[in-house]
Amino acid sequence: MNTQSNTYTFLYAAIMVVIVAAVLSFTSLSLKGRQNMNKEIEKKQNILKAVNVASTPANAVELFDKYIVEAIIVNSEGEVKSNDKAETFKVDLKNENKKELSQRNLPVFIFNDTKVGEKLIIPVRGKGMWGPIWGFISMEPDRKTIYGATFDHQGETPGLGAEISKADFQKPFTGKQIFDDSNVFTSLKLEKGTASNNPHAFDAVSGGTVTSKGLEAMLQDNLSSYEKFLKSSK
Amino acid sequence: MSDKEPLFSAKNRKLLTNPLGSDNPITIQVLGICSALAVTAKLEPAVVMTISVMAVLALANVIVSLLRNTIPSRIRIIVQLVIVAALVILVDQILKAYAYDVSKQLSVFVGLIITNCIIMGRLEAFALGNRPWPAFLDGIGNAAGYGIILVIVAFFRELLGSGSLYGFQVIPQSFYDMGYQNNGLMILPPMALVTVGIIIWVQRSRNKALIES
Repeated sequence: MNTQSNTYTFLYAAIMVVIVAAVLSFTSLSLKGRQNMNKEIEKKQNILKAVNVASTPANAVELFDKYIVEAIIVNSEGEVKSNDKAETFKVDLKNENKKELSQRNLPVFIFNDTKVGEKLIIPVRGKGMWGPIWGFISMEPDRKTIYGATFDHQGETPGLGAEISKADFQKPFTGKQIFDDSNVFTSLKLEKGTASNNPHAFDAVSGGTVTSKGLEAMLQDNLSSYEKFLKSSK
Repeated sequence: MSDKEPLFSAKNRKLLTNPLGSDNPITIQVLGICSALAVTAKLEPAVVMTISVMAVLALANVIVSLLRNTIPSRIRIIVQLVIVAALVILVDQILKAYAYDVSKQLSVFVGLIITNCIIMGRLEAFALGNRPWPAFLDGIGNAAGYGIILVIVAFFRELLGSGSLYGFQVIPQSFYDMGYQNNGLMILPPMALVTVGIIIWVQRSRNKALIES
């Protein structure tokens, strides 16, 4: 057979593409369930991490059910739209952030533990250098002081932008304030190396400026939509 | 090549060992530099990248070698690319389902594996003209040669840049108290290039046969 003819080349390419597509879609379909389960568990672990509760993939579901006593969806006016836990967990910020502010579903998870008391957990999502970044911010009951923060990313550069997912970067967020003394929303601003004395700022990652700026924008965009909710019930 | 040639004949062993030294893909053939710059800020991603490249390169080499007599030469690059891309996606999907933590570390490197010139280079230069077993050895050897350089570069960058190795702090706190500081320059990509350059320099000064006239 002439392997250089046009017909052969076309047929070869067509058959190859069909086989590869079949193999890939079969793999994707058969692994989808497990992958989604891993993602859910990871989200639960991240929510718990924002309130400094350490969990493993094995006990994350159990701890989540134990500590997250309530989950609500609010709108930008601060009104509660739903208090169904499963529904709140399913809210996808990727879609919500595309909507007009007044249309957005804003999830809030309420953590309660007899030792540390009640905390609010707010999810955030934004753009890093190479892809999406996201995280969870937990707030003290005064609704202006940050109790804990956790961030994660899809593909930031290891050692540079990816440092946002490390504890060293996240720890200094504890105690920061997102409202100033006269109760005006300030979010947290990016500073280079001097943020430890400023309650309204966080340190940039060295070599990860684009990711740090993305994180600043993410906090500003997402937290500002909760402004009325956070102010309303003080 | 006769069918009775032993699996690890001298010729086959060379396929494994040459890429580690005198025919190293990074320092001699100067391929795969881009990923060497990107993933060597820490030791851990460098190791994960090495293992992934090894799996993909060995499998792709075997598949291309098995198909070598059927591939139309005019579309051979596309065929190779599709095979590599499919393998990388498969590896990524399986990791996401069964080793979720590792897959998260891999994230950005998956794309880099597809664009890794070493893989296309070996498929084109070796797998298209050789039988599956030598092609498999060639894949493992070249990925290992690539990995050695990655690990050496990552070792120095992580040690000097972050004071840790594989995530564990190795430079004691007392050094920092005495005024030692991590060298922030080491974690920036340009220092990876400089480190690779130093390795190339050392290797060529020890083995004069490698110096081009």
